[in-house]
Amino acid sequence: MNKKYELVKNAAGRMVPTEVNGKSQVPFQGVNGYKPDGHKAAPPIASCSDYPSDGNKVVGSIKEALELAGLKNGMTISSHHHFRNGDLVMNQVFDAAQEMGTKGLMWFPSAAFPCHAPMTEHMESGLIHHIEGSLNGPLGKYASQGKMDGLAVLRSHGGRWQAVQDGEVHIDIAVLAAPTADPMGNATGDRGPSACGLLGFGLADSMYADKVIIVTDNLVPFPCYPWQIQGQNVDYVVVLDKVGEPDKIVSGTTQLTKSPDRLYIAELTAKFVRAAGIMQDGFSFQAGAGGTALAFAIYLKEMMLEAGVKARFVRGGSTKYLVEMLEEGLTDYILDGQTFDLEGVRSMRENEGHVNTSPFTSYNWHGKGNFASQLDAVVLGATEVDVNFNANVVTHSDGQMLHGIGGWQNCLFSKCTILPIPAFRDRIPVIVDEVTTLVGPGELVDVIVTERGIAINPLRTDLIEATKDSDLPIRTIQELKAEIDDLIGGTPQKPKLTDEPIGVVKWVDGTVIDTIFKIE
Amino acid sequence: MSKMFQAGPQGTRIKSDCQVFYKPASDPLIINIESKVDALFSKTIRDLAETTLASLGITTGSVEIKDFGALPFVMMAQIETVVKRAHPEIDKEVLPEFKAHAQYETSFGRFRRSRLYLPGNQPKLFLNAGIHQPDSIILDLEDSVPPAEKDAARYIVRNALRTLDFFGAERMVRINQGELGMQDLESIIPHNVHTILLPKAETADQVIAMEAKVQSILKEKGLKKNIYYMPILESALGVLNAYDIATASKNNVGLAMGLEDYTADIGTQRTLGGKESFFARSMLVNAARAAGIQPIDTVFSDVGNETALRESVRVTKSMGFDGMGCIHPRQIKPIHEEFAPTEAEISKAKQIIVAADEAEAQGLGVVAVGSKMIDPPVVKRAERTIRMAVDTGLLAKNWKE
Repeated sequence: MNKKYELVKNAAGRMVPTEVNGKSQVPFQGVNGYKPDGHKAAPPIASCSDYPSDGNKVVGSIKEALELAGLKNGMTISSHHHFRNGDLVMNQVFDAAQEMGTKGLMWFPSAAFPCHAPMTEHMESGLIHHIEGSLNGPLGKYASQGKMDGLAVLRSHGGRWQAVQDGEVHIDIAVLAAPTADPMGNATGDRGPSACGLLGFGLADSMYADKVIIVTDNLVPFPCYPWQIQGQNVDYVVVLDKVGEPDKIVSGTTQLTKSPDRLYIAELTAKFVRAAGIMQDGFSFQAGAGGTALAFAIYLKEMMLEAGVKARFVRGGSTKYLVEMLEEGLTDYILDGQTFDLEGVRSMRENEGHVNTSPFTSYNWHGKGNFASQLDAVVLGATEVDVNFNANVVTHSDGQMLHGIGGWQNCLFSKCTILPIPAFRDRIPVIVDEVTTLVGPGELVDVIVTERGIAINPLRTDLIEATKDSDLPIRTIQELKAEIDDLIGGTPQKPKLTDEPIGVVKWVDGTVIDTIFKIE
Repeated sequence: MSKMFQAGPQGTRIKSDCQVFYKPASDPLIINIESKVDALFSKTIRDLAETTLASLGITTGSVEIKDFGALPFVMMAQIETVVKRAHPEIDKEVLPEFKAHAQYETSFGRFRRSRLYLPGNQPKLFLNAGIHQPDSIILDLEDSVPPAEKDAARYIVRNALRTLDFFGAERMVRINQGELGMQDLESIIPHNVHTILLPKAETADQVIAMEAKVQSILKEKGLKKNIYYMPILESALGVLNAYDIATASKNNVGLAMGLEDYTADIGTQRTLGGKESFFARSMLVNAARAAGIQPIDTVFSDVGNETALRESVRVTKSMGFDGMGCIHPRQIKPIHEEFAPTEAEISKAKQIIVAADEAEAQGLGVVAVGSKMIDPPVVKRAERTIRMAVDTGLLAKNWKE
């Protein structure tokens, strides 16, 4: 804490540290500016002679597995977040590590949730040095207050894969909770009492970690087929009574927004997609599980039915609404990254067209192409957008760190990135002169849809041309900003931030795009 | 010990509003502010509190503001409320800037298919009301506002009329009954209210008295403006006097039905089928039509049930009504869609308009479609059908081309 960081100005004009958590950093060099050379990281070569020939890798406890895996001070333990707020495994893992007397660990989850609040105590005690991963709830608050040793490193889903694959983050031990597994370590998320759909966020961990531990409460005889994690990558299997709280892993039903304003924004977004000519036979789109995004999918579905249009694929997080589209023949495929409700889990099990994907296939930037850039339209949220269409999704306008990036940055590469957002929340405007934290460069953000009108990025002359004769309320982003500033009583003052970094935001290529500073 | 006065909503889930506490005392004024949006607006909020209190002449005592993202016009109204609760003798008003977008006009014969009720003490519901494109918004000072909040609602509504953009919706205010309603008029008439809803209208005299009050306010303020009226019939007596009420002012634009009170008044309960109110509604339609103004139906209160709403609009339309009330924005679109003309109506209206255009081009005084002569009211009706068809997106604006 209170460490002095050397800051340099990156290509976006943002001041970023040259070193983060002991590793030197490359400042952001533009959207496509940075191309590293060299080879990918790899786990050590293993030999079957060191593993039981009967394939039984079951050991007695988490602690035993950690001891066998050689847990030492300063190591990195990783995990996936498919169990969301219903995870019962990771707190036990760090409790066991504490019993072993270890210190200075790095936890590298794909995301942390409020159920992981006990980790703050582990950070206080020195067991955990810092966490790199999306921080939600109490951990986000803890890091926002600058209490964490080291900096929070916020990466997109694709960026996490990139960091592991490129060797930026070396995982010593991956602990992967699995709803169903066999003694060899083949594992899947689509069945078992804690079914979560898929395990894609833990796939890189299983491939690149030195040691891999599978933790399950549903051990089946070999083979656990179909599998999502390969037993060949797994060192140990631990069986517990219960690994997750099913009702906190996926919701029974996904909540649709009831707010008339948000429904209006969602409908306007769907109308834009139609008016811009995007909604055509064979098109594709992605919309998340937020209330507005769900409503968008429902409005778009109505319009597709009306026009007799079918999609080739849609991208999840899946919900019952996407499942309905699949089962009613309105799309050939759901390419899914995570399931948000029980219908999504069921469909993944039952429907051939409901495909389990990983951040590698969907998002990873250091690969030979991905799914995200092939999407015709993607609908995302944001906390702020500035007049140059730069967008923020990790901090609030008052500088508080809110939540992780998810697949947000990766999705910006779609052919049309649309942010449906309320023009103001309470008195806080969404359109600002300059974003508090830069997470998405304006050149990739195409359209803002608010309840007071739609603003198209001037770079997208094609979209402006395509919609110019529509009856949609298309306005400039400056006009929208002026209207809102007038309503809320003038442009707000800037939050008072210190020069003390509490976190950095990575771009999809591993460079540092911005710094989150502590609030005064 | 001096008494503590309070204004603003109670409870824990307050949005876009604020609570103000005021303790009169002889010590110099102290203002404490705690705001959810402090990081962004601390200076603006303090400036606003200081200016508002100063213009009300408050220089002593202590004021505490708990803000939950109130817009300036709301905070000003809550401060004015608390000060006047402590000092009822203060008659000075603190008015926010009268924005240009709050000064548009309405017209006598405009559509009033949907009128969205907004409780006058809940400004958070006002802010985006206009974006849902109701034909009218009703800032309500009457039944949706609890008695203890009548003063606050009056200032909030007044300030909203000066500040907010309702995006072309007709700006209506439902005033209270009796003397309270006359006081409401004092507060709101100077701020571009388009149409006054007069609740519980039972006699023509009530309309005449209201109009006289409005005229005197306009005169006193030196304003030349047409203020329109829409009396609401909510009792047996009102229904029986419908025609007298409808013709009591040339500025009446419509008669509206209030069924909750009416059914109670005739000693029954409202049913979905509505048999009990058939006479009243039909009477109202006939009175309004005879007076040349719009008959407007009551609200449909089951917000979640769109199917039943649509069915009720179809009945309303078939009885001859031109519109109905809404209590939620999601009711607006179904109402507009159900009031929209049918394809047959549109095609007939098109023929009539084309014939009327031709007649005018040829300087003929008589319009004919085929061998059939068309009367001027029918042409007017056809024009209305076309306007509504265009408005609901059933007909292109340039359909003549």
